[in-house]
Parts: sequence; C-alpha cells; structure tokens
Amino acid sequence: MSDRTSSNAYWQANLRIIWICLAIWALVSYGFAIILRPLLSGIRIGGTDLGFWFAQQGAILVFIVLIFFYAARMNKLDRDHGVDE
Amino acid sequence: MSQFTLNLIFIGLSFAVYIGIAIYARAGSTAEFYAANRGVHPVMNGMATAADWMSAASFISMAGLIAFTGYDNSTYLMGWTGGYVLLAMLLAPYLRKFGKFTVPEFIGDRFYSGTARIIGVICLLIISITYVIGQMTGVGVTFSRYLEVSNSTGLWIGAAIVFVYAVLGGMKGITYTQVAQYIVLIIAYTIPAVFIALQLTGNVLPQTGLFGSLNNGSGKFLATLDKVVTDLGFNSYTGHHKSTLDMVLFTLALMIGTAGLPHVIIRFFTVPKVSDARLSAGWALVFIALLYTVAPAVGSMSRFNLTTTMWPGAATGETFSQPAVSLDQIQNDPDKAWMRNWQVTGLLNWEDKNGDGLIQYYNDTATTGPAAEMAASQNLQGNELTTVNNDIMVLANPEIANLPGWVIAIVAAGGLAAALSTAAGLLLAISGAVSHDLIKGAINPAISEKGELLAARISMGVSILVATLLGLNPPGFAAQTVALAFGLAASSIFPVLMMGIFSKRVNKQGAIWGMLAGILSTLLYIFTYKGWFFISGTNMLEDTAANWLFGISPASFGTIGALINFGVAYLVSNATEEPPIEVQELVESIRVPRGAGDAVAH
Repeated sequence: MSDRTSSNAYWQANLRIIWICLAIWALVSYGFAIILRPLLSGIRIGGTDLGFWFAQQGAILVFIVLIFFYAARMNKLDRDHGVDE
Repeated sequence: MSQFTLNLIFIGLSFAVYIGIAIYARAGSTAEFYAANRGVHPVMNGMATAADWMSAASFISMAGLIAFTGYDNSTYLMGWTGGYVLLAMLLAPYLRKFGKFTVPEFIGDRFYSGTARIIGVICLLIISITYVIGQMTGVGVTFSRYLEVSNSTGLWIGAAIVFVYAVLGGMKGITYTQVAQYIVLIIAYTIPAVFIALQLTGNVLPQTGLFGSLNNGSGKFLATLDKVVTDLGFNSYTGHHKSTLDMVLFTLALMIGTAGLPHVIIRFFTVPKVSDARLSAGWALVFIALLYTVAPAVGSMSRFNLTTTMWPGAATGETFSQPAVSLDQIQNDPDKAWMRNWQVTGLLNWEDKNGDGLIQYYNDTATTGPAAEMAASQNLQGNELTTVNNDIMVLANPEIANLPGWVIAIVAAGGLAAALSTAAGLLLAISGAVSHDLIKGAINPAISEKGELLAARISMGVSILVATLLGLNPPGFAAQTVALAFGLAASSIFPVLMMGIFSKRVNKQGAIWGMLAGILSTLLYIFTYKGWFFISGTNMLEDTAANWLFGISPASFGTIGALINFGVAYLVSNATEEPPIEVQELVESIRVPRGAGDAVAH
C-alpha cells in the first residue's frame, strides 16, 4: 500500500498548492480590483489608483505568473513523488 | 490604391494562407481529426487556443464596451482571463490524463452513465450553437463593411470559407490555421494601438501609455480623461459606479464559463503530456494577455480621441475653452472623413438640433454641473451626437487617429481572423459531440472510423448552415448570445467536470440532477428577462436592474446556476449510493500524470 500512501501525499500536496494559488487569484481580482479597491485608493498610480491598475492590468499579469508557478511546482512535485512522465 | 482594394488584398492574402494550411494539414484519421495526433507543442497550442478563444467579441466589441463605461467593465478583462487559472489547476491536466477526445466522453465514463453523457452532449450543443450564431453574425457584419457587400452576401461568403477549412482540416488543420490567425489578429490589434499611444503619450507600449502623461503637457492621461468626461456630464472613467455584488458575480460567471467552454477544454486534449496541458494554459494566457492588456488602452484612447474630435479644447483638459466641432468641419474636413464613412453604416450619426452650426456632444440627462450649464448657456436641445455604437470603436480607431490605409486593411483582416477562428473551433466541438458522443457513443457503436469521420464532417456542414440561417435574421442576438453561452457553460459543464475530478463521492444521480438543475435554472432566469428563446416581447419581466433578483443581472446568473449545480449534486449524491469501486479507481488514476501516453480511442 506504499503506492497508495504516496499518491495520497501527492494529491494533498497538489491541493495545498491549488489553494494557495486560488487565494492569490481571488485576492487580486475580487479583492484588490473590486471589493478592496477603496482601501487601496490612497496609493496613486498614473493618474488613478492601484485598484484600477489591478482591474485593468495587474490581475491579468498575476494570473500568468500563477499558472507558470503552478506548472513549475507541479513538475517538481511529479518528480519528487515519482509520478512524472 | 483605394482603401477598398487594400482591404481586399490583405483579407485575400490572409485567407489564402489559412486555406493553404488547412489543405496541407488535412486530417486522415479520426484521432487526427479531433486531437491533431497529440503532436502539438504547448507554445503552438497556446497560440491556437488564444485564437480560438478570442472571438469577434474580444477583438471588435470589448474595447468599445470599456471605452464607454470605463472601470466598471474591467470585469470583462478579468473575467475572460482568470478562467485560465481555473483551467490550468482544476481541469486541463486531469482531462488530458483521462486521454479521450471529448468532454461528454469524460462525463459518461466518470459518472458511468449514458444518460449523463447525453445530457453533457445537449449542454455542449446548446452552448456551442448559441456561441457560433454570434460569431457568424460578426463574420457577416465585418465582411459586409470591408467588402462593401450586403450583410447576407457577406455572411454566405464567410460560411463558405469556414466550411472549407474546418471540414477539410479537422483539429490539425484548425490548429495550424489558428496559429496563423493569432499572428494576424494580434498584429492587427497592436499596430494601431502603438501608433495612438505614441501620438497621445509618447509611450511605445500602449500598456504604459495608459498610465502615462499626455504629450501636450496637460498632465496624466487618465486624470485628463476623467476630467473631460465628467465635464461633459458622463460618469467618471476610473470611478466605480455599478453594483459591487453584480460585478463580482459577473466576473466569476465569465471565469468559470471560460473554464467550462467545450471548445476551449478540447484544446488541452491535443498536447503530448499532462505537464504540457498545464503549460499550454499558461502560454494561452500569455498570448491572450498580449491583446487583453492592450484593450484598456485602445478603449480609453479611442474614447479620448472621439471626445477631442467633438470638443477640440478637451485635448488639454479644458473642454469648453474652445467651441464644439462645427457641422461644416464634419462634412468637409479630410480628417473627419471617418465620421462620414461610418454615418453610412448607421452606427454613427449626428444632428444639429438647435441649428447653431455646431455639434455638441454631452450627456443630456445630467441636470447639474458644467455640461448642464453649458447646455443652458448655448441653448441646446439635447445631445447632438445622436448615435455612437460601441462596436465601431476598434474598427474606427485607426481612422479616427488618421493612420495610413494599410493599417486599416490589417485591422479588417484581424477582425475576420478573430471571428473565423472561433467559429471553426466551435464547429469542431459540435461535430465531435454529434459524431463521437451521440452517434458512436449511443446510436450506432459499430460505426466504422470512416463513417464517424463522415458524420463529423456532415454535422459540421449542418451546423454551419443552421448558424448561418439564424445569423441572417438574428433575433436581437449578439451580446445576449455570448452571455447565454457563458452562463450555460458556467452552470453546467464546469461544475460537473470539477466534481468528477475532485470528489470520489459524487455519483451518477448527483451529476445528472446537478447538470439539469444548473442549466435549467440559468436558462429560466435568462429567458425571464430576455424573452423565451430570445424572441423579443416574450420576456415575463422587463430587463432592468430594479426587476433583477437581488440586483443580479441575467449575464451574471451563471455563477448562481453553478452554485445550484454544486449544491444539488452534493445533496443527491449523499442521499444515494457511492460510485462503484472501478470509478473511484479511475478518479485516482487521473489525479497522477504518469501513464498519460496511452490515449485510447475505445
């Protein structure tokens, strides 16, 4: 059953990475860009505030970073658990 | 050389390339037809996915929506990109490991039920056909504008071209064609934006130009734009004016709708390895972001240029320091020729209501502030720029900025590339669902490979015909169609796929009732406000914010539909028996990447 335990540990590690990434995903889009925008309104950028930047550019850039971060972490995780292709 | 000849040359050249590739890469087997033999590199696949994904709505329509609403429509930018994060983490790698060709196939196997598979097919067909009707309409409008033919002639020309390369090529033909289309559409979108960003702010990159300062020394571009539009009585550009709840739900509906669109998901079946599926989603988003980070600059700068055309004083932020543009200038100045061109289409119009020889553009519903004072002092009878269609902004943008003719011709080719690539991808998803899931999966399992391929091609032909016929007389479609497609994908496909991967407990009853509850509640809510099957006049409640349940717009309801789907599936599954042990083992196996090479066709 060592196979089963290892694959379980692999899955739990995967879920943990997903939770972290999705927390950041929600924070930059629903958080900074919409709900928390008033809190960030003091930070000025290019004639407007930081929340506007997140809504129109920042969130998209963070999304890209998140996917490549996830892909890299998962490649390492795949190798560590011996399930890579 | 006339503008018409230039348009013809650019469109003709780009089409020769697409069709050439489609014929060169003609599919020979069913595996090649659906999944390009799994030989597509992640970067190539990312580019093709980007072309597949960015339709006429992204290319032509979105920047215009942002231009006239500003910050509140950032929901489109985030919603149509954030879904790729969900795809990369929650769906794509596991579906690739599963190793079959279509989305309903996964639903049927995971939920060990032919009924679940058929319901999946029906959801997929409703989503794809509604979406493709919108695309065909876009193809017709763009063709007729640039080839100067009637709308219906344009539509039939477009239908014939889609038919040739989608039906002959299959996935392999479409994949490489779409790479070419991506290159055409991104160049077409970026070149005018770079020119305009340079003109206004001196920045080469539109992305930095948006947050830069105006060349004429009157301060930050966005601050000036805010001042100018509020002076004219409109909502500020960067301010938050819509309901926060609805913005959140709408963004979420677009995100999970993206991750549930069958023609996007199908892309991730075509990469060689599971790790490539994750990377493909990343590359797709990179290529999409190249357009999506330019779009807010295109939107805001076209709004600014339109406003300074109407009020020359607005260029320095002092809107009323100079008189408005005169009727004489609009009718005779060479740099106002674009206004006369677009007036012909009926999408732009003006009227000198008070007969003072000037055309004053302002918000005539504002009762206080500089615009109202100006209106009173100049004795205005209402806004004199009577029609400005949002959808003309991207296409008119290079003309407004007086860019050379070849730039306009490139934009024409780009708009068509966007509409055609999405239509082709959708048709492929439809033909796969009909021939593979419906005919081979349910009606005639003994069908030969050749027969299946023929059925796929016939169903493509029929879908094009249906979409074209509906596109000839669109029952008020366009934006509503796109909203329905996203809401339906969000409420049906995404939840069932996600639960199939992340839960071993959700069983066939849960999946079936969940999908039905999700898609039917969303359909009901949309039809209540938009009319049954979109036939105008049959809506039960007027489509205004006051009538919406908790202020949730029909376009945002997909999020609620998804929650209903999750909730029903969870409750029904827990009230019925566990899935069989071999299904639980299937779930175990798709969660690990190893062994993905052995994809099977049955």
